[in-house]
Amino acid sequence: MTFINYASREINCKIVYYGPGLCGKTTNLQHIFDSTAPQAKGKLISLATETDRTLFFDFMPLELGTVRGFKTRFHLYTVPGQVYYDASRKLILKGVDGVVFVADSQEERMDANVESLYNLEDNLQTQGYDLNQLPYVLQLNKRDLPNVIPMHDLTHELQKKGEPVFEAVAKDGTGVFDTLKAVAKQVLTELRKT
Amino acid sequence: MSQSPFILQEQQFLKIRSVLERVRVECAARVVFLVDRDGQTIAFNGDIGDMDTTSFSSLAAGNVAATTSMARLIGENVFPAVVHEGENESIFISVIGRSLLVVVFDGRSTLGLVKLRAKRASFDIAAILDEMIRESQLIAASAKPAFADITDEDIDSLFS
Ligand SMILES: Nc1nc2c(ncn2[C@@H]2O[C@H](COP(=O)(O)OP(=O)(O)O)[C@@H](O)[C@H]2O)c(=O)[nH]1
Ligand SMILES: [Mg+2]
Repeated sequence: MTFINYASREINCKIVYYGPGLCGKTTNLQHIFDSTAPQAKGKLISLATETDRTLFFDFMPLELGTVRGFKTRFHLYTVPGQVYYDASRKLILKGVDGVVFVADSQEERMDANVESLYNLEDNLQTQGYDLNQLPYVLQLNKRDLPNVIPMHDLTHELQKKGEPVFEAVAKDGTGVFDTLKAVAKQVLTELRKT
Repeated sequence: MSQSPFILQEQQFLKIRSVLERVRVECAARVVFLVDRDGQTIAFNGDIGDMDTTSFSSLAAGNVAATTSMARLIGENVFPAVVHEGENESIFISVIGRSLLVVVFDGRSTLGLVKLRAKRASFDIAAILDEMIRESQLIAASAKPAFADITDEDIDSLFS
């Protein structure tokens, strides 16, 4: 839920990166963190296990600038991908304003993508949201690998509602900011209606 | 569509901050926060030093979300308060409707005192929040949304 603070003149929005385990969600946040000026960001917090798997969430606040005199701050979250962390995923979707679905383009991860997307719709519904009504972007990640499914086929399989689709190599930052901008823009556009 | 925004007006912000200040002084706490259950800082009062308050609020909300889910698994509806006691600094979190009152305190205070004062303040905070939610809904329902006149150029300029 967007939080507008007239006292501190801030708009706060929550964006969640969703997708199967190891598709590159944390890598997206890491790239945003590494390429953002210190004054525009807070810490990148990872609640991870010893083996570096996201346990609960990664979190980073990002200030983009001002709109109509209001500082806009995006709270970026990732969810843990593994099936058994479903309870954590549900919690992180509470109060969400926009979702990025990060798909792993490798052939052998196709089933995992489909399952995760299904899980997203399901968990959104549990929280009272409808994916069709929510700011939403699809990112096709790991385009640098040899065994990837062609963009056209992946889009055909995973696109839900004509949302913007971006090819990405999160590891080197390709497509990461385009994805973020697209979802942030949709979230701010929503403020015009509400 | 996402839910309508949660709007905090200057007036309510000042009221909340004065309640937080009262709690802080009464419990000799270091800093007192009011955090939205989704993890946004609503207001705070006290000495934050170089603490990252945005992350702190997000983690406090995540903490309560996790313990609430644990409560449900054992047949409780909610744990109304969560306490973390450290060697020097401790944290007390009390759930007040859709917000969390978070008190950070040290040896100058005691958990008993913090609990007592926080409980008293929770009625005032609940009343202010009710007012805030009512007004948010009024604004959302009014013909002119809060940011009706944001233009595409305004939004694009954020990314340039
Ligand atoms: N080749 C390649 N590897 C990537 C890319 N993005 C992420 N990775 C790697 O995939 C692994 C899992 O990434 P991570 O961000 O932790 O996945 P998460 O589980 O979705 O958070 C890491 O070893 C990353 O370096 C990419 O675009 N290309
Ligand atoms: Mg991760």
